[in-house]
Amino acid sequence: MSNNIKTERGKKYLNPYVGGVLLGLVLLAANFVSGRGLGASGAIKSVVATSIEMVDKDAVNNLPFMAEYAQSHSGSPMRSWLVFQMLGVIVGGFLSGAVAGRLKLKVEHSPKITSRRRLVFALAGGILFGFGSQLGRGCTSGSALSGMAVLSLGGFITMMAIFGTAFALAYFFRRNWI
Amino acid sequence: MGPLAPYEIISENTNFLLAFFIGIAFGWVLESSGFSSSRKLAGIFYGYDTVVLKVFFTGAITAMLGLLFMSLFGWVDLDLVYVNPTYLTSAIIGGVVMGAGFIMGGFCPGTSFCGAAIGKIDAMVFVVGLFIGVYGFTFTYGWWEKLYYAKYLGEPKVSEALGMKDGLFGLLLIIAALGMFVVAEWAEKKFPREEY
Repeated sequence: MSNNIKTERGKKYLNPYVGGVLLGLVLLAANFVSGRGLGASGAIKSVVATSIEMVDKDAVNNLPFMAEYAQSHSGSPMRSWLVFQMLGVIVGGFLSGAVAGRLKLKVEHSPKITSRRRLVFALAGGILFGFGSQLGRGCTSGSALSGMAVLSLGGFITMMAIFGTAFALAYFFRRNWI
Repeated sequence: MGPLAPYEIISENTNFLLAFFIGIAFGWVLESSGFSSSRKLAGIFYGYDTVVLKVFFTGAITAMLGLLFMSLFGWVDLDLVYVNPTYLTSAIIGGVVMGAGFIMGGFCPGTSFCGAAIGKIDAMVFVVGLFIGVYGFTFTYGWWEKLYYAKYLGEPKVSEALGMKDGLFGLLLIIAALGMFVVAEWAEKKFPREEY
């Protein structure tokens, strides 16, 4: 086991092509079982919808996006495939980190910037990604990766928009990373 | 014959249980590929670490080929497999906003949960941001509703849009990916970086 999770550079990460094939098989299993791909932002939307309903029982009538959501999701928002899948992601990520000895509470950042700067940008990036994932009907997992696997035109367009924009803006944020 | 849940071969509760196990595998693969590290993820945009490109495209192609072959063998009914709808305007603008979030935050939603699961505080803060962003969209939805539904094209496949068969498009995608992998390997040698 310890042999095949070492890359050529001696890090205990999986070989990226092996990781990619495994990721593809997981995505294939999701499609075979549920008829849909993987996702992440959809689970956040379920939690958000639940929390709004708890505070405002009439939210479906007050907030148009909640009405739109209720139309496309019957039953309780927490009884959703992606909510259970994301709970699994947290467990799986934790187990992999535990086995590889990577469990550590820390702020990861380039030595050239402070932790504080890293966290400010992480928060801002999260806000943008959360917002964009709702506008774009899914994030890197649900729209780009899963969309590409079923040859969805929208999936390919969203993938190109995400990576193209990040490449285009990379110069302006280079101090954070290199 | 799949997919199992739409054909009602498995119950709703079994489907949810399998979702949990598929999620464990998803989280495991992401974390063990290094996707719990924002500095590894952001590396693709500067050439010093291209793990994102390699894992992402290998994954998408593996699943695409798997679905095409399983359909060919009659193991899965592609008519019952969800194809993401295409709303052109929101697909592009949403993607642009997400891309900006990616280069600033260093994570995407799935990977930030993996990072948070192993104790990365920057990933936890990113997750908090995700929730703020989703609440923000929900409460301001009225402003974006027109944009959200603009230029609806149905559920077209990229192969249809380009006027070619699924298999041919798949082959071209594989060739394109192999070309990108060659560039990626070259970039990692040209912009070396010590591991962190």
